[in-house]
Amino acid sequence: MTASEIREAILSILSDLAPDEDLSQLKEDVPLRDQLELDSMDFLDIVMELRKRYRVQIPEEDYAALTSMKSTVEYLEPLMKDL
Amino acid sequence: MYDTIIIGAGMSGLAAGIRLAHFNRRVCILERHSVIGGLNSFYRHRGRNYDVGLHAVTNYSPRGSRRGPLARLLRQLRLRWDELALAPQVGSMIAFPSVRLRFSNDLALLESEIAAQFPAERDNFRRLVASMGDYEELDLAGSASSARAEVARWIRDPLLTDMLFCPLLYYGGAREHDMDFAHFCILFRSIFVEGLARPLAGIRLILKKLADRFKSLGGELRLRAGVQSIVVKDDKAEKILLEDGTELAARRILSSAGWHETMELCNHDAQRQLVGGLSFVESISVLDAEPRRLGHDRTIVFFNDSDRFDYRDPGELVDLRSGIICSPNNFVYDEPSREGMMRITALASYDRWAQLDEAEYRLAKLRCHDRMVASAVRFVPDFRSAVIDTDFFTPKTIQRFTGRQRGAVYGAPRKRPDGRTHLDNLFICGTDQGLVGIIGTLLSGVAVANRYLLE
Repeated sequence: MTASEIREAILSILSDLAPDEDLSQLKEDVPLRDQLELDSMDFLDIVMELRKRYRVQIPEEDYAALTSMKSTVEYLEPLMKDL
Repeated sequence: MYDTIIIGAGMSGLAAGIRLAHFNRRVCILERHSVIGGLNSFYRHRGRNYDVGLHAVTNYSPRGSRRGPLARLLRQLRLRWDELALAPQVGSMIAFPSVRLRFSNDLALLESEIAAQFPAERDNFRRLVASMGDYEELDLAGSASSARAEVARWIRDPLLTDMLFCPLLYYGGAREHDMDFAHFCILFRSIFVEGLARPLAGIRLILKKLADRFKSLGGELRLRAGVQSIVVKDDKAEKILLEDGTELAARRILSSAGWHETMELCNHDAQRQLVGGLSFVESISVLDAEPRRLGHDRTIVFFNDSDRFDYRDPGELVDLRSGIICSPNNFVYDEPSREGMMRITALASYDRWAQLDEAEYRLAKLRCHDRMVASAVRFVPDFRSAVIDTDFFTPKTIQRFTGRQRGAVYGAPRKRPDGRTHLDNLFICGTDQGLVGIIGTLLSGVAVANRYLLE
């Protein structure tokens, strides 16, 4: 997957998680926690959705990489490039 | 072999089931009754729909809110806000003989009522609210401090103290007179800060939404599937035996049946019997018009006829001194209703109802209904001439339809916040895990499923 495809995949997960949110205004480098008020349960869900949909395993020590859209895509690029 | 079998298709069991099915676990929910819902359920009687259980959904937050238990729950269950069709309350009241305090889904109203009625306590109340901090985090750790003692650090007036405790005990008090302070904070927030709401169609709308979601994700829901026992072998729950003789195997079991009820299914001798626990009677009156046509516009009235509020097993069929008067019509719905309804709930002694024979029981229901309505109309306009149908339920009714020992709707006095049991692969959720209200018990199922069943 390309960076923009990974971004779309994340957006799809976020829109399932928060169907009432307008994600078109999402800023790339502002923490998702601040923009959408996601909590730790929601971040765990993003990790589990990535596993469910793409079989991507994210170790717990890397969860901090999923802070903003930009950092998440950068983190996932090497893991998802061959998908 | 299932990954998880869930005992009970109430709010917490359904929520847990949705989480597990969403993440592709093989999950089956077993419900003894022919209707889902458990403690918060519904029925049809002489052509009308009735709800049982809580009068309202607490923890309301308006569309677009991202914080708080409701927003968190919607994300966990992948629901849109409008799918629950919640209409906020019109406004409620705590009515004691000398003072009435109105409250709504905006804490500012209660603050101003307290400032007007208890001027010396105005700042103390603000300090109390500030001291409660942020109990928003789902805390499975639990605590054991007395809410009465904590509140007494701020509020001096015993009348105001009892007026604040009255709605909270009535809407979630599993033990007499007092509760844990953490529990108090959660209830305070859910009722006074976030507030009350209800779908026009009642609790069935929420339950059907949850059951449909569960089934659409591949979950299996079996009605009329009562559990006879949990077969234990080598400190593990090995299988489930149904009342019809069927055996089912699962790697893990999640029970929403209640702590003691679950221990009884395991034949765990020490804890099979619930001691204590509180139960209620409820009288339901159907009116030929909406209550506001009779001059009653309050959503809920918590009443008490003396300055001290006594929340305990009354040792009688009904405690007529206090109660809750709910009008399910008095929420801000988009459309009016043809008829009205008044539900009156009061403390009752399970033992007293259990002692009656069949004829005495039927007579007692009629007598208590009349006495409860007479008690309630001291605090709301007299609606008796508008009544066109009635129904009544007792602690025995609750026990019969929910399987809860002693009809204890708020479960055992001692909560089990971590959801664990004496068996490695048996967990509990729901009322006895400790979160309260409809949103709270749904989150209980979510939290226990996330913590133990999605590994």
